[in-house]
Amino acid sequence: MKKLTKTSRNNFLTYGFVILSYVVLQAITAGGHMSSMLKGQLVPICAYVVMAISLNLTVGILGELSLGHAGFMSVGAFMGTTTAIALKNVIASPTLRLVCALIVGAIFAGIIGFLVGIPVLRLNGDYLAIVTLAFGEIIKSIFNNLYLGLDEHGFHLSLLDNKLHMEPEGKLIIGGPMGIGGIQKISTFTVGFALIMVCLIVIFNLVNSRAGRAIMAIRDNRIAAESVGIPVTTYKMMAFVTSAAMAGAAGALFAMNFSTFVANKFDFNTSILVLVFVVLGGLGNMFGSIIAAAALTILPEALRQFASYRMLVYAIVLILVMLIRNNPTIRSFFERFRLSKKGGAEE
Amino acid sequence: MSEQKKQRPVTKMVPVQSKAIVPERDADKSPILECHHLGIDFGGLTAVNDFNLMVGRTEIAGLIGPNGAGKTTIFNLLTKVYQPTRGSILLDGADTSKMTTEQVNRAGIARTFQNIRLFNNLSVEDNVKLGLHNHIGYGMWGGVLRLPKYWKEEAHAHDSAMELLKIFDMEHLANAQAGSLPYGAQRRLEIVRALATNPSLLLLDEPAAGMNPSETAELMDNIVRIRDLFQIAVMLIEHDMNLVMGICEGICVLNFGQVIAKGSPDEIKSNPVVIEAYLGKKDKKKKKVANDG
Amino acid sequence: MSFLDSLISGISLGSVYAIIALGYTMVYGIAKMLNFAHGDVIMVGAYICFFAVTRFNLPPLVGILVAVLLCTVLGITIEKLAYAPLRSAPSLAVLITAIGVSYFLQNAALLLWSPNPKVFPNFFILHGADGAEQTGLELGSLRISYVTLVTIVVCVVIMLVLTFFINNGKLGKAMRAVSEDKDAARLMGINVNTTISVTFAIGSGLAAIAGVLYMSAYPTLVPTTGSMPGIKAFTAAVFGGIGSIPGAFLGGLLLGVIEIFAKAYISTQLSDAVVFAVLIVVLLVKPSGLLGKVVREKV
Repeated sequence: MKKLTKTSRNNFLTYGFVILSYVVLQAITAGGHMSSMLKGQLVPICAYVVMAISLNLTVGILGELSLGHAGFMSVGAFMGTTTAIALKNVIASPTLRLVCALIVGAIFAGIIGFLVGIPVLRLNGDYLAIVTLAFGEIIKSIFNNLYLGLDEHGFHLSLLDNKLHMEPEGKLIIGGPMGIGGIQKISTFTVGFALIMVCLIVIFNLVNSRAGRAIMAIRDNRIAAESVGIPVTTYKMMAFVTSAAMAGAAGALFAMNFSTFVANKFDFNTSILVLVFVVLGGLGNMFGSIIAAAALTILPEALRQFASYRMLVYAIVLILVMLIRNNPTIRSFFERFRLSKKGGAEE
Repeated sequence: MSEQKKQRPVTKMVPVQSKAIVPERDADKSPILECHHLGIDFGGLTAVNDFNLMVGRTEIAGLIGPNGAGKTTIFNLLTKVYQPTRGSILLDGADTSKMTTEQVNRAGIARTFQNIRLFNNLSVEDNVKLGLHNHIGYGMWGGVLRLPKYWKEEAHAHDSAMELLKIFDMEHLANAQAGSLPYGAQRRLEIVRALATNPSLLLLDEPAAGMNPSETAELMDNIVRIRDLFQIAVMLIEHDMNLVMGICEGICVLNFGQVIAKGSPDEIKSNPVVIEAYLGKKDKKKKKVANDG
Repeated sequence: MSFLDSLISGISLGSVYAIIALGYTMVYGIAKMLNFAHGDVIMVGAYICFFAVTRFNLPPLVGILVAVLLCTVLGITIEKLAYAPLRSAPSLAVLITAIGVSYFLQNAALLLWSPNPKVFPNFFILHGADGAEQTGLELGSLRISYVTLVTIVVCVVIMLVLTFFINNGKLGKAMRAVSEDKDAARLMGINVNTTISVTFAIGSGLAAIAGVLYMSAYPTLVPTTGSMPGIKAFTAAVFGGIGSIPGAFLGGLLLGVIEIFAKAYISTQLSDAVVFAVLIVVLLVKPSGLLGKVVREKV
């Protein structure tokens, strides 16, 4: 029972930390002590946290390297924002409209995740990684050339061609390489916080259930998992689609924090950025992902005083952290420390 | 060793079809496993050829042979890790040719592996619960939303897992990480996990490898106990002849992917072809005797 | 552009991808890591050559040699400082470190050489008897630039030399042994660290050559120049079967040809999507690439 309580204790600590952070940040904002830099970062931080924990589901829990996670974010951003624009005159409450947009973004990203998953999950290791990268680039290319307009007859869609044959009062929503412009900034920190909580609950409950066990079993030993009657493809797909859907919601949240965005925002570098959060936070460690995502989203902003040196510093910090974390001497030092602490706690 | 032999009554093996034998007590029931002309080629190499075998409902069968004879390949064929090139496998009379590994397990074959394959990062209890996977009755949403069914089924799975661990006195290890267990305990856990899938045929690939004699003796008792308790068939690959001769009722000897002998332990022990396969040719005279016999 | 024109420029672009992909595939084969910084070594090589020729007025050939030399040193330095300490670390840790190195090179280039694009000079110009500049050959309606010719020839030569070196040289044998089993190779008295360093040195030297050739064809040089050809070449290496040298060559050529044909006949904007779609289809039919080894997991 001890182990079980330890896992759930960690989970509750994570929930508690997220809630506490929200309350503290809200209090600071209400008191007017929040710097405008940090204020502008709150929603992107929430979006990146969701991206990181959802990618951790694929990389840490399922054990498959994905290099195209930003593709799902992109799908969510475009479809979610389109929904919000289309619903402008239907739903008056911006928060409700945002929630609808997040749900639609998640559903579309989930569907694309499923379609991508069919070929991707048949491959292994680095081949799987390169195919997710390829899908990410394909999604980017498609959105870069997609035109979508809305008039009284409904949606008009076209690839490569910006002549949508709309009625004169029709409105262009997605403008190919111009992306989506004139967005109402309806994303809020509260909704972002709620999204993080929902994703955490889904992931933690999934991991500590029959399906989550099966997913981790596949990660640990695929052949053994098959031998005890676990349908490997089904569970891989379950994890992959869940992860994609969460990324979609994060994308919608992220997009509606800006007045305009383009498909190139969600490119390979964004996928890599999120992967860095996951690896730095620790594979399978959701709390670590949250900390890493938040810290590394603020870090480049906080390094503004270094001006043009900041990204160089960021790169050096990244390399040093990886070297230090994987240094055998330092590792064993920390492990000894942890063991003695554990021993002390048990006595 | 001789004491153990006295304890266990010698099973009489009776022919049921041309050449095939099963224990007398299983003779009136259909066999759990039938292999007909099973074979597999890797590239141009024939790893197993014309493998025929019948295993009785409650038989403890042994599969022996020198290294590289194709024993593990047969297990891989039975569990569909490899698809056979030729021949057919009937499990409880049903053809398994279109099944995947996972479906074969659900149809009733569970196995352990020569190089232990546990879910190393998960707890011992979770490893057993994964064996119970297809007997736990709630889906993804039941788990995510923590529906009442989740709590009921998880409690039930916990009890079943503990009960299974009791077979090998491993309940106290339930929360340990599977990968951190000592070697012998890992092998035992693998058997428990396989049993949890509720098989009708249990395949054990070198269950005694790396065990000392007292552990092996305990394992022998446990294999017989498992058979008696669950009334299932057990088929094992083993190099420890004490174990094989001590508990196996029917033995099949493989060499170079071919069956070279089948029979009861006593028949196998005295079979000159088997002796030759294991020890090599002594001289021409002996070989002649073998051919005459 | 005619079919033949497209084919030739496809082969030319493909040759550059092939040279870069060789670096990826050798490093992957031996160190089992995806060296994401490889694309940025191309950029560094191009900058070095650019400054050697434009600022120090060195002849182009010397400029290229300087670039190759410095990139080789750079490759070994990166390997020793960033990758060697992680030899026994999980592969994801090495991947992230490689990404860190990639960021580092890009941002260092940004600081050193500013984000303003540099126009790379065309080295491959002959002066005719009348003093007029010739950039290529005219064969009827077909025009082949010297850059194209040189690129293709260089690629084929590199491929042949490398294959010979890997199959026959003592060091080549050591490389193959290390790629097969590091510990066994070490027990046979092979210096694994040196072998890996040499691999990085060769890969980085090739990257410098690729950089110069790529820049001669697409002359806009900025600090992020290396990333897209880097990703494409990585794709090419996987396409051909990562770890296989002929695979990288074939993968690079095919990728270049597909890209140019997609641009000519389908759509310029969607050419990348077409390239990646072809990659996905190939991997579905041949899960370890065109010439990759199928590894069967032992049960």
